[in-house]
Amino acid sequence: MAVLWGILAQLAHIALLLAAAPLLTGVVRWLKSRMMGRRGPHPLQPMRDLLKLLRKRPVLAENASAISRAAPYLAAGAALAAAALVPSFARGMAFAPLADLILVAGLLALGRVAMALAGMDVGTPFGGLGAAREMSFAALAEPALIVAALTLAILAGTTNLDAIGAAFRDGGLGLRVSLGLALVALLAVAVAENARIPVDNPATHLELTMVHEAMILEASGRHLALWEFAAMLRLLLWLMLLSAIFLPFGQAAAGAAPHYWPLGLLAFAAKLGGLALALAAFESAIAKMRVFRVPEFLGAALLLGLLGAVLLFVSTRLT
Amino acid sequence: MLTMLALLAGALLALAAAAPLLARSAAGSRALQAGTAGAGLLMLAGGVGGLIGAPATLTLPFGPPWGPARLALDPLSAWFLLPVGVATLSAGLFALGGVHGPEAPRRLAPWPVFLAGMLVTLLAADGFTLLLGFEAMSLASWALVAHDHAQAENRRAARLYLGFAGMGGLALALALGLSGGAGGALDFAALRAAPPEGLRAAAILALVLAGAGSKAGLAPLHVWLPLAHPAAPSHVSAVMSGAMTKVALYVVARFVFDLMGPAQPVWMGAPLIALGAASAVIGALRANLEEDGKTLLACSTIENVGLIAIGLGLALAFRGADLPALAAVAAAAALLHALNHAAFKSLLFLAAGEVLHGAGSRRLDRLGGLIHRMPVTAWAALVAVGAAAALPPLSGFASEWLLLQALLAAWRVGDLAFQIGAAAATALAALATALAAAAMVRFWGLVFLGRPRTPRAAGAEETGGAARAALLVPAALTIAFGLLPGPLLDLAEPALRLIAGAPAPRSGLLLVGAAEGGARYWPILVALLLAGATALVLWQVRRRAPAGVARGPAWDCGFIAPPSHLPFGDPATQPSAAGFGQPLRRMLGTSLLAAREQVTMPAPGDPRAARIEAGFHDPALAALEGPLPRWRDAVAAQAERLRDLSIRQCLGLSFGAVVLMLALLAWMEAR
Repeated sequence: MAVLWGILAQLAHIALLLAAAPLLTGVVRWLKSRMMGRRGPHPLQPMRDLLKLLRKRPVLAENASAISRAAPYLAAGAALAAAALVPSFARGMAFAPLADLILVAGLLALGRVAMALAGMDVGTPFGGLGAAREMSFAALAEPALIVAALTLAILAGTTNLDAIGAAFRDGGLGLRVSLGLALVALLAVAVAENARIPVDNPATHLELTMVHEAMILEASGRHLALWEFAAMLRLLLWLMLLSAIFLPFGQAAAGAAPHYWPLGLLAFAAKLGGLALALAAFESAIAKMRVFRVPEFLGAALLLGLLGAVLLFVSTRLT
Repeated sequence: MLTMLALLAGALLALAAAAPLLARSAAGSRALQAGTAGAGLLMLAGGVGGLIGAPATLTLPFGPPWGPARLALDPLSAWFLLPVGVATLSAGLFALGGVHGPEAPRRLAPWPVFLAGMLVTLLAADGFTLLLGFEAMSLASWALVAHDHAQAENRRAARLYLGFAGMGGLALALALGLSGGAGGALDFAALRAAPPEGLRAAAILALVLAGAGSKAGLAPLHVWLPLAHPAAPSHVSAVMSGAMTKVALYVVARFVFDLMGPAQPVWMGAPLIALGAASAVIGALRANLEEDGKTLLACSTIENVGLIAIGLGLALAFRGADLPALAAVAAAAALLHALNHAAFKSLLFLAAGEVLHGAGSRRLDRLGGLIHRMPVTAWAALVAVGAAAALPPLSGFASEWLLLQALLAAWRVGDLAFQIGAAAATALAALATALAAAAMVRFWGLVFLGRPRTPRAAGAEETGGAARAALLVPAALTIAFGLLPGPLLDLAEPALRLIAGAPAPRSGLLLVGAAEGGARYWPILVALLLAGATALVLWQVRRRAPAGVARGPAWDCGFIAPPSHLPFGDPATQPSAAGFGQPLRRMLGTSLLAAREQVTMPAPGDPRAARIEAGFHDPALAALEGPLPRWRDAVAAQAERLRDLSIRQCLGLSFGAVVLMLALLAWMEAR
């Protein structure tokens, strides 16, 4: 029976992802507008935009190859697969044994490479510029993520997300400085990976400052909808990842029957709402940094992550 | 199996001897290349047979004056036969497809000798045979690097390579001499019986790293590799990068895991980890800055060799710290990555060769848009690019996942300095992996995507036949290795037992696991999940969206319409090789590789074009090209003085030398 509930929870999780990703983006935009004193679009607006874009026929450049047509599907599929692995409202979903932090990083890299190649496909200057910047920023973001994973792996003994969450929930870890540093490193990586302020501005079409938008400049119709959807899924994934690692509370137990799920869903919605509020407040409070300051930002995250690991070595030696 | 492989080495040498005759006709050249492709198949069969069957030894009826030459096929040799076999098979097929008439014998004859040298190195069971094979491999590949000696840069590459090969051979000979067994015996059994300790072990490790490590391309002795590997014909580059570096790593592994005995301290692994991490970062960063496609691939080889070296070093350290299960994980990562890299790097070099043949250039700035003209090459190369960028579920991800798991567990070695060093190595390995992904996107995107940058690239042609098979075979292997790392590790079990003294990490048809209830990787399920998610997206989109696409001109950012002599648009309005590398050149290149940029901007109203110049220096090359020639000149000037000696002084010199040697002999007898 527990296996069946695990499978059902996994299917519900995927359905939840498809619905929650546009909603989350809408909520963050609405909150940001409110904080800036505007009325802001309805939180369902991104969903409506997606449905509108889906109905339009894409226009491809004359020399676009199959890459332009295949990459959006692969990127959205990779984002969906990665998000399907990160626990949301329940533990012990059917894919839990697969849910490895490094695998999630690999799937995100797959989506990134697909996007960079799509940006280079037509041979326009902006596409290539955005691809070069995206891959370069990722070159610093990825080690920061892995170093943060090092701290988590030392404390939990594994890189499996469910097991890390379990180690945190049991409270055996306590409050540690290393965890705080790993959290800061992960937050910086999350900001960079999702092209949020201060690394990139998700709302901009001002050409010289953009990274993410530059690569999908040629996309339209359903392809644009897929790129947007993949970006929304990534944002959801990162918030889920942070809450699954650092706030693993209120989730339904592994193999729990569906009537335990509403409580988990409620806790999940509260956690996402809190993180969305924090993100909106953070983005409203600071300005975007120059593109060539981003390496310093990510380098600092990497060093903080390393410092966390070193502190952990020293502290385990003292106790 | 061993007898078959020994006969194969003999057959390859016979093929080389017959090469001047065979080179006279296209049919003869084809026969020779078909023979080498078959040799690759036989090596694969021999490797699998050696891993399944019991270890075998063979004493040849000939050898050096002091005893017979010995060959052996144990699991470690057998495993390393697999990467050599994969690379040789693909390269042989590619060369077979590239024969269009009589060939130059100097291009044909060293090729089988090169393969035979690698085979003999892997099979050698005494020091002399090992050196013989290693030197045959070095010299034959040098001849192939120098085959196109009309170009000055190839001559420079060959000269540098010869210098490094000579230095490497000397260092290996000294290492063997230092580790000599009782009575100076050089067969491996005697070496194992007298394992070195302390300072002697450190000296042997340093010499092996200088000798075999330089051949593998470990920093700081990597500088010859980005020059020499691209200078050879493409199929030889493929084998040099895919297989020869692995043979060099095999020699390192043979020394540190086998010949130096099992009781090595933890710190023996540290130099391998440090050099590996440095190589990985330098190689991957250079791959983002190089503007020649094959040089870029050679730099990526340095990166991958670095990752394998990290794995070997970790295995050594874990074994020293008495953590055999973790040693098995690290060794599994290294062995698996050696095989995976052989497949995808051969494929990339062969694709670069196909592009060179079809579009007439290796320079990224003279290619572009080739996916339209050379689709099979493009898609096959994309598989290899995905593996080199460590994307799941391809082969590179499986081995780098294992390597990261081993690095994440490195803190279990209790020493604080080692823990901190391992944390830094983790960050560097992750940095190198991400840099490699950027380099691979740059390579594939600039060569195959965008618009043609030259008329020659616009009219590129693809060859079919054997050359196409040469691309498809390693592409299929890259996918298969990515999906089935578990069975591969089961196959590698005896080799892992030899290295780590423990069985393989938990693995099966579906999964690879890190030790002790740690994380698992299920490649086939991941592939299914990815396919399922993509299918779900596709289905949902197709249900709602209208079919088909409309075509229109690309928005070229407001550039004016190109003149009529540029039918594909102005190639300068798309990213160039230097432009794509710019962010990383500024972020990391200025500090690590002394990269610089200079913009020359004419005054307003001046119609001259603005120019941007960018470049970098590898610090290792600068160190090598600075003091070394000065020392050589100083030594040469001193030696010149000998020419002015009188006959009396000459005789005195000879007499003194004889007395000195006799005294040395007497001293050694007395000890």
